[in-house]
Amino acid sequence: MRYDLDFGWLADALSLIGRGAATTVLLTLVTAVVGAVLSVLGAAGRRSRHAALRHVIGAYVEIIRNTPFLVQLFFFFFGLPSVGVRLDPFAAAVLAMTINLAAYGTEIVGAGLDAVPVGQKEAGMALGLRGRQIFVKIVLPQALRVIFPALASQVVIMMLESAVVSQISVRELTYEADMIQSRTFRAFETYFVVTMVYLALSIVLRRLMFAGGRKILGGLS
Amino acid sequence: MMDFTLWDILRNLLLAARWTLALSAAAFIGGGVVGIAVMVARIDRRRPVQRGAELYIGLFQGTPLLMQLFLVFFGLPMLGLRIEPWTAAVLALTLSASAYLAEIWRGGVQALPLGQWDAGASLGLHYVAQLRLVILPQAFRITRAPTVGFLVQLVKSTALTSIIGFEEMMRAANAISNATFAPFEVYGFVALIYFAMCFPLTRYARALERKESFAGR
Repeated sequence: MRYDLDFGWLADALSLIGRGAATTVLLTLVTAVVGAVLSVLGAAGRRSRHAALRHVIGAYVEIIRNTPFLVQLFFFFFGLPSVGVRLDPFAAAVLAMTINLAAYGTEIVGAGLDAVPVGQKEAGMALGLRGRQIFVKIVLPQALRVIFPALASQVVIMMLESAVVSQISVRELTYEADMIQSRTFRAFETYFVVTMVYLALSIVLRRLMFAGGRKILGGLS
Repeated sequence: MMDFTLWDILRNLLLAARWTLALSAAAFIGGGVVGIAVMVARIDRRRPVQRGAELYIGLFQGTPLLMQLFLVFFGLPMLGLRIEPWTAAVLALTLSASAYLAEIWRGGVQALPLGQWDAGASLGLHYVAQLRLVILPQAFRITRAPTVGFLVQLVKSTALTSIIGFEEMMRAANAISNATFAPFEVYGFVALIYFAMCFPLTRYARALERKESFAGR
């Protein structure tokens, strides 16, 4: 069968693609910020003196890392209402993405904390700083500098995985792609163009995060 | 509404889990074979071959797996190739897995001392024989932990094939959830079954990693 590629629909669809991409970026940004904070708290909690806290966080990390994101998303969106927690699609997507990112982030930040030499902590104590001050001012910045690339990569992975939130009708990039192809009957071209938009987003997002990270954290190794 | 006991739900999910396992196995084998080819191209001395492999890897790692599935399942028929959900699922997962495995194994090859190549050459082995007999076995050995770790990602990513209509566990879960109005229990069970498949692999990968870091000392 002969098939002529047709991108004539693209001009009309551009605003939909733009809007979808903006939602994907918004989802990713919210997830990245909240997820990063939770990752630091998770990593600190996993190294706390309270055994119960350590175990709860450990179980959370293992459960999330060993189940598919799609299952987590459906559990929050379809499952929670039956126990009385009803979320709108956007909130469910942000919740699922944040919880997912934070599980991987807890491991990543934790590895960074472990990589900071003990002597750094002792130096802080010698200066008369207290526990929390030592963590926030001395250990954490050094840990973040080491693990920043890994954390940034995890954010990009989460952005790519967010394509499935179209399944609960969040109007992000993949959702708009479905809309466009069902209207134009140009499945191949539509998905090809949108795939390239994702590729561009992941490249730009990675670059921006690296540039931003370098500015905030100082030189990256 | 149909009467489903919790056991009915679990039994049906477990039956469908066979297809999750079959798909994971097929994609791992397919991804492994293609991945070796991509990796060999990636370490080729000719620039264009190397760049081509880099592009391939960048493309599959930089775009959503769901889009790759859609392109194969909805896109190929438009180009005149009719394709079943099972074939589309295996094809898309194979392509995606090959990109990740190629990168993992390349890390192993490049971690080997260059002397290993020279040793192979001094035995009179040509390039392919050096790779096959000297380099690859060692590279696979030292990348066992990340390879098993990737297998966990692969098992989890099979859930996406439910979206193009492949009848694996997640697809069965959606159907059962619609029939029973018990999404909390159904998706809870699904999470549990995935966990039961993935967690042992995660533990195994961690054990291999620990062994590796001791062996390296």
